[in-house]
Amino acid sequence: MSDVNYTVASSVDDAVKKLSNASDGNLLAGGMTLLPAIKLGLNDPSDLIDLSGADLNGIQVNDREVIIEAMTRHVEVATSKKIKKAIPALSQLASRIGDPQVRNRGTIGGSIANNDPAADYPAACLGLGATIATNKREIRADDFFTGLFETALDSEELITSVKFPVPERAGYEKFPNPASKYALVGVFLSKGFGGVRVAVTGASSSGVYREVNFEEALSSEFKSQALGGMSGDQTIMTSDIHALADYRAHLVGEIARRAVANCV
Amino acid sequence: MPDGTTGIGASVLRKEDRRFLTGRGKYTDDINRPNQTYAYFLRSSVAHARIKKINVSAALKSEGIVAIYTNKDLEGIGGLPCGWALTFQNGDPMVEPSHPILASEKVRHVGDPIAVVIAETKKQAKTAAASIKVDLEELPAVVDMASAIKGETAVHDEAADNICYDWAIGDKDEVGKVFDQAYHVTSIEIVNNRLIPNAMEPRAAIGDFDPSTGDYTLYTTTQNPHVIRLLMGAFVLQIPEHKLRVVAPDVGGGFGSKVFHYAEEAMVTWAAAQLNRPVKWTAERSESFMSDAHGRDHVTKAELALDKEGKFLGLREETYANMGGYLSTFAPAIPTYMHSVLMAGVYKTPLIYSNIIAVFTNTVPVDAYRGAGRPEATYILERLVDRAAREMGIDQVEIRRKNFIPSDEFPYQTPVALEYDSGNYEATLATALENSDSKGFEKRKADSAKDGKLRGIGYSTYVEACGAAPSAVAGALGARAGLYECANIRVHPTGSITVFTGSHSHGQGHETAFAQLVSEKLGMHTDDIDIVHGDTSQIPFGMGTYASRSLAVGGTAIVNAVDKIIDKSRKIAAHILEAAEVDIEFDSGTFKVSGTDKSLSFGEVALAAYVPHNYPLETLEPGLEETSFYDPTNFTYPGGCHVCEVEVDPGTGVVKVKSFVAADDPGTVVNPMIVEGQVHGGLAQGIGQALMEGCTYDENGQLITGSYMDYTMPRAADLPYYVVGTESSECTHNPLGVKGIGEVGAIGAPPAVINAIVDALSHLGVTDVPMPATPQVVWRVIQDAS
Repeated sequence: MSDVNYTVASSVDDAVKKLSNASDGNLLAGGMTLLPAIKLGLNDPSDLIDLSGADLNGIQVNDREVIIEAMTRHVEVATSKKIKKAIPALSQLASRIGDPQVRNRGTIGGSIANNDPAADYPAACLGLGATIATNKREIRADDFFTGLFETALDSEELITSVKFPVPERAGYEKFPNPASKYALVGVFLSKGFGGVRVAVTGASSSGVYREVNFEEALSSEFKSQALGGMSGDQTIMTSDIHALADYRAHLVGEIARRAVANCV
Repeated sequence: MPDGTTGIGASVLRKEDRRFLTGRGKYTDDINRPNQTYAYFLRSSVAHARIKKINVSAALKSEGIVAIYTNKDLEGIGGLPCGWALTFQNGDPMVEPSHPILASEKVRHVGDPIAVVIAETKKQAKTAAASIKVDLEELPAVVDMASAIKGETAVHDEAADNICYDWAIGDKDEVGKVFDQAYHVTSIEIVNNRLIPNAMEPRAAIGDFDPSTGDYTLYTTTQNPHVIRLLMGAFVLQIPEHKLRVVAPDVGGGFGSKVFHYAEEAMVTWAAAQLNRPVKWTAERSESFMSDAHGRDHVTKAELALDKEGKFLGLREETYANMGGYLSTFAPAIPTYMHSVLMAGVYKTPLIYSNIIAVFTNTVPVDAYRGAGRPEATYILERLVDRAAREMGIDQVEIRRKNFIPSDEFPYQTPVALEYDSGNYEATLATALENSDSKGFEKRKADSAKDGKLRGIGYSTYVEACGAAPSAVAGALGARAGLYECANIRVHPTGSITVFTGSHSHGQGHETAFAQLVSEKLGMHTDDIDIVHGDTSQIPFGMGTYASRSLAVGGTAIVNAVDKIIDKSRKIAAHILEAAEVDIEFDSGTFKVSGTDKSLSFGEVALAAYVPHNYPLETLEPGLEETSFYDPTNFTYPGGCHVCEVEVDPGTGVVKVKSFVAADDPGTVVNPMIVEGQVHGGLAQGIGQALMEGCTYDENGQLITGSYMDYTMPRAADLPYYVVGTESSECTHNPLGVKGIGEVGAIGAPPAVINAIVDALSHLGVTDVPMPATPQVVWRVIQDAS
């Protein structure tokens, strides 16, 4: 790893300023992906701009939505009584990200901005129809995740908070990769004002996506039997030693059925 | 025992844990020498290529560079030696290609070292390595053994068909006749998956040289410092033993992978003398994956012939054993003398034929890994027996009982060279059946079915050979070393004791268990007995720790040396107590004149030996220190029975181990807590092999499972609560009656787990489940059967 210029941003504006002044700067949230990538030589930024001092921490819950600020750590979402009451599936998802060390450092904003194809939070955003607020605008989850490690964020844009509408019911089921424990297939689904949403992470070679066929089937009957015999689309599945495309496609259906059964 | 706490049979807390648990262990990487430099190895990123040119000129200009060496700089330095010579069936020697410490004309696996960069800092060395230009002519990679033996591409020119040896034991024709006449023949084709050892501490080595004396010191992560001194000193660098000190300080696990002599050890030692500066190397984890010797990797066809009642008549196997790109130190012996000779197992199979074909491929060298050959033998046997029982409609337990070597038939000569001295397979089976509540299985299966899960139960009964080995036997079979062990007991003037042992401890708890042996003999507390190991400048000699030999061989050397101490002490006591030597009794640390109240404590005798004012100096030297070398007369034969219950989730293929019962026969148990811990660790690795671990190369020889992102290590949450029991039958040929325990978990567990999965899926017609039985593998087995 090369030498890096480390600074702490005092506000969102300060972070943007520091980022634009850096030759090849990276924003540092929890660092749970970025720091290992730097250590492995996969990333070599000139500057790390730490957002921990930028006043982006907090959880607000009302009848209609749960608002989580970008630097809120997974452990806070996992243990928040308000979130557990409003969207228990969201707390449950956060409680199963990585391991205790990761959950004590990792943040929701960092996870979403990174858009790892096997990350958990992108499924919650898409599966609940969240809105991602940035320093410039608000972006619907449907428009936010644009591909593998790709998002709609532009170069000097950073996430400030995520707004999740409170659903009638929601559930998240994860089938972990046996080695890495990342989601090999993760399905977040919900039934709310906007109808049924089914988001799948870990499975597709282009990252998190909505399983529209499942949404239609569940719209007529929100029960796991409605998905009987259904599976994901093999042609868009990732294929690796842990799961070839046909097995992943099968798991998308199987895990979705279990997610419906476990919805609360 | 006067205090009743620290002798044989007591669960004494591990003396070494205080430093390990408080972070005060001292490992090789914790050692720093004044003015030291840092080495980084540039390794091949391709599996097979001819080296056309290596240009280091740009790298030499990099900041902080002290030296860069390639093979051309190593004139006069030998290759890494192989410690065991096998032959072809016709008596021709095995093909033994050279194994240069830096690749010469070719690279032969991903991770093969090409150059070493030595710099002022680790980072500078690594940075400079990136600018070394290596001009490679890539060659097709030889990855799987079936295509390797077609000989389209040779890993080594000396072996055009990539065969290292084609060896056999047993009479093929005689065995063939039995098969021709058998009532039933059961066949199986199985793969024993390649494993990456993954010791918690990556390998490390520091070379140091004193130009004023010509003394070399190598600090290294090894299981056997004297063996490394011998191999590196005599074969690689030509340094005589008195000028070479090898230190293996605390070592964080080995599982066999730290038995072998590795290139990095020789490289840092040699470079230290070239540079007159210490050279330190510590592996990164990714280097461990591609440079530590791997384990297992056999492909086998085996058959069992049975009579109408299910009695075994004969067994034959043909096994292809992957050697990797070079022969590692003990590689040739693992599939043969650690495997073929175990094919009788716990059964009275009268005729056995085992044919082993060792094959070179463009993969990391393969050598001993926890169990080493015996897990492979046990896996074949126990899968075969399980399948035979199913095919013939015989109960799983019954078929085993019917064929066991009865406990009254020991010593038992197997048809494959070994003579088992003792065992009681009925006893371990009975304990395992009771502890696993096998009678309640059907109810548990029905309960699992209510949750949509398929439950299965699997058995494995095994024997292994430990305590390697009678040197004369090993020598006759091709070993290039003796396999005795050495102990030196130094009694200090006030009676406390330091034991110097050639066995090395890297997780086994020797510092406690060995002290218990002395405690038992001399009636002292283990706190007054220290065990020193891992330094050739302190220990007279040693053959090291592997093949569960430490207690059986190293422990026996210790008690033999203690006996010499007692003999001499008795003479001293007789003199002081003015009695005849034959009238001196020794019990619980006290010498007594029989029939009187005259006595002397062991401490008083020790003091007299060092302050010999009243001492038989005419007939006895002062001092109290004895050395013993012990060469065993036979292997030891731990056996046992493992019973596993699994639940299979048919929707995902996930297998959950619901219970695991082990009943093992380790001979005399010195420390029950340590024995149980050793079984737990072995089972974790055995279950890991069965369900999770599998080294995978792609068709180009790239290591797919090169990190923990893809190589699945078992974790605590993957493992059940073990029920561990022991049923000891004593070894008859060592004074302690001990056999060994370190490897039994890794040997017995894999077939028990796989047999349980086959049982769970047998109603679908499933007869085989390959290892590792990952969710995907099991799901596919179910799909293919449905």
